[in-house]
Amino acid sequence: MELDPHEIGEVCKTLYIRAVKLLPRDVKEGFTELQRRETDATGRAILGTMVENIAVAERTRNLLCQDTGIPIYNITIGKNVVFDGVALKAAIRRGCERATREHPLRSSVVHPITRQNEQTSCGPGVPIIHVDFDEREETVEIEMIPKGSGSENGSFLQMLIPADGVKAVKRFVIDKVIELGGRVCPPTIVGVGIGGTSDLCVHLAKRAATRPLRTVCPDPEGAKIEAELSEAVNELGIGPQGLGGRSTSFAVHVEVAATHITMNPVAVNIQCHSARRATARITPGGIAFG
Amino acid sequence: MTHHTLHLPIGEKEARALKAGDTVTLERTLFGIRDATLIHMFDRGRRTRLDLKGHAVIHTAPNVRKVDVSPECPSGYEPICIGTTTSMRMERFTQGLMQREGVRLIIGKGGMGERTLEAFREMGGAYLAIVGGAAALETTWIEAIEDVDLDDLNPESLWRFRIKGFGPLLVGMDSHGGSLFATVAKDVAARRAAVLEKIGAGE
Repeated sequence: MELDPHEIGEVCKTLYIRAVKLLPRDVKEGFTELQRRETDATGRAILGTMVENIAVAERTRNLLCQDTGIPIYNITIGKNVVFDGVALKAAIRRGCERATREHPLRSSVVHPITRQNEQTSCGPGVPIIHVDFDEREETVEIEMIPKGSGSENGSFLQMLIPADGVKAVKRFVIDKVIELGGRVCPPTIVGVGIGGTSDLCVHLAKRAATRPLRTVCPDPEGAKIEAELSEAVNELGIGPQGLGGRSTSFAVHVEVAATHITMNPVAVNIQCHSARRATARITPGGIAFG
Repeated sequence: MTHHTLHLPIGEKEARALKAGDTVTLERTLFGIRDATLIHMFDRGRRTRLDLKGHAVIHTAPNVRKVDVSPECPSGYEPICIGTTTSMRMERFTQGLMQREGVRLIIGKGGMGERTLEAFREMGGAYLAIVGGAAALETTWIEAIEDVDLDDLNPESLWRFRIKGFGPLLVGMDSHGGSLFATVAKDVAARRAAVLEKIGAGE
């Protein structure tokens, strides 16, 4: 299979627009689950408004949230796929720009020093593009994540040391969730990275925060910690929007990587309740949006 | 708990009548403001020609479409999606917004801090909590973008919206020292030790 940059551009444009309008099914189911367990009156009312908003967005074909985020494209390329990498990256960027101009979407991206907004959702290093490879025959998957800033501002890295142990890792997560309160638009998905180098650790936290609900950390030790922390954060009483209740988070997700003998890094990255993602799978048979 | 319908602009007495836990529906006019708008207005000495006295400001930067000026779109902008951003980043501007511009109400998400509470107590104002991330719904409460100023900061311009039935919003902070956010934070702090103990992370 050979990738056509023009087609990739079209797909990347469509993905941005789909992502900001349609909430993934696992997140909708997550809301149902939270509503079932929420007992606080304010918490229940807020969850009700969020669910109503999802329906209004679908009915009016509008954006779920005004924050169009920082665009992230994750590309996974399978076996026997022929492509020009430079053209692929350019096509992704073009798709992102076109979604912004043609829909139009608010460009939420500025130069970090001049604060200049090019009104394209693009800038140096943005859209963020991650390329990975897997075993699937003649398959390319593109995932688009418009990462909202209210929750992205809830990002932390701590280079703990081995003597601090796992205990300090858990305490760090709980304390950051407490510190952030309602600012990160709870109910959230709390992404936790454990191990790696500093940059990998933060990247793991982002991958964890943007992973579908009901998926489990592939590392069994990481899976134990995510189950434990998922229970614990919902006993804090922060609740939807930080106004009290049980539903602080849909889940805590953990991702793990090996680290150095002298290191014990932990990172936290939060995803808000508008946990938006859109995917497209390209095969010789065509394009399927998910 | 009382429900209030407020036709903006309002005076000090109406602002002080709001108590944390009450609900509010806003009518008529609402101003959109956020990080860059406030930085330019208060750190870089820029002034707006729009009159904010007695008004409500919402922490937002909308998605808009540029259109020809018409009776329906007097500002030349049509609203697409208008939602609310995290308020805490704008904490240091509350005092100035109230004192210099005469703002009475701030609408946002996630709550604000001590300095804002103090400004409310001193001058008579309130923070109205909206459900963040519920922008599609919020947009249905906005009739038009009536005016825009400081538009070189787009989308962080100063916007004037015409609204209808904007709410219900929850009074999160009032002019009597009441803050639902502070109450929840205190409650959460009291639970922290037991939660950490349970996961083997006690101090």
